[in-house]
Amino acid sequence: MPDYLSSLNAKFSGAFTTSEFRDNKRVLISAEKAAEVLFPLLKCLKEECGFDMLAELGGIDYLNYPNATDRFCVVYGLTNMTTGQRVFVKAFANDPDPELPSVYDLWRGADWMEREVYDMYGVKFTGHPDLRRILMPHEFAAFPLRKDYPLRGYGERHNFETVTRADS
Amino acid sequence: MALTNMMPDFMIAPIDALASMLRKHSLWPMPFATACCGIELMATASSRYDISRFGSEAMRFSPRQCDLMIVAGRVAMKMVPVMQRIWQQMPEPKWCISMGACASSGGVFDTYAVVQGIDRFIPVDVYVPGCPPRPEQLIRAVLDIQEKVQRTGTIDAREFADRDTYEGPTSLATEIAPEQAIVAPGDYRTATRFRMPLN
Repeated sequence: MPDYLSSLNAKFSGAFTTSEFRDNKRVLISAEKAAEVLFPLLKCLKEECGFDMLAELGGIDYLNYPNATDRFCVVYGLTNMTTGQRVFVKAFANDPDPELPSVYDLWRGADWMEREVYDMYGVKFTGHPDLRRILMPHEFAAFPLRKDYPLRGYGERHNFETVTRADS
Repeated sequence: MALTNMMPDFMIAPIDALASMLRKHSLWPMPFATACCGIELMATASSRYDISRFGSEAMRFSPRQCDLMIVAGRVAMKMVPVMQRIWQQMPEPKWCISMGACASSGGVFDTYAVVQGIDRFIPVDVYVPGCPPRPEQLIRAVLDIQEKVQRTGTIDAREFADRDTYEGPTSLATEIAPEQAIVAPGDYRTATRFRMPLN
């Protein structure tokens, strides 16, 4: 058992599950518990277990995925800069208002990564200081990486004025 | 008989043809290079292919100084108002080359974010196929532009004034039902997208 699990178990027993894939160690937090457990759990990992670097933060849409129970997932890839140990925290969220606490207060680097997840999946991060779209235009109305969004979009790419020769 | 006796008192020369002849050998390209076609465009300007043999080597990155826009690469939906504004900033007479499969038709990028051909939004004179096109193909396109300038050019660019109808392909907007369409247009007059309040 990894040593961080003992301190997590002491504080958040029953609030999370673990799984493993090859050498990936995961901590999973279900959608019901993510709102209150996620932030203190990550804070504990950062301040007590030495996982001081947020190496990656990304989103997943599990719509129509076999055996999936929750729809959205945000993955926090943490690294212990002293030992090189890694852990992946997966927090789930559900429709109609997928919402998770922002980790901006723990890692400033989460700023743009959370904005990107919001832009592509529509997961709102409560407590984020400036949650705007980062890649898509501001007036864009959909979340393009959701599985129910069609590849060719809803016609956004055609909605421009045409410039003719006489205009210029 | 003295030479002066053979000259008429005044001459009416086809000054359009003269202007076009001068103009076509001095095209100033505006490289609107967004992707790998831009690398090929740079190769065309380099010594091996040497676009200056055809008088169009003076690439300027200011649209005010250019009269030939070369759109090289796929144009994302967010880029269209910028492209239209740059096109409008160029002084007349001006021409446009759509270089490569992506600029001409969207290429392999048939996704929500990539426009399916720049000719849906700005006028295009010459298309260059290829992914990316060889420099020789781009030089061929420059020669085609030169031929078009010689054939249709006028000194005051009046040939453009009556081309006020859309010349591109039919709109793709019909591929989805109107009630499903999201209207999210950009405005080239400001070239900045309006900010919506965060909800």
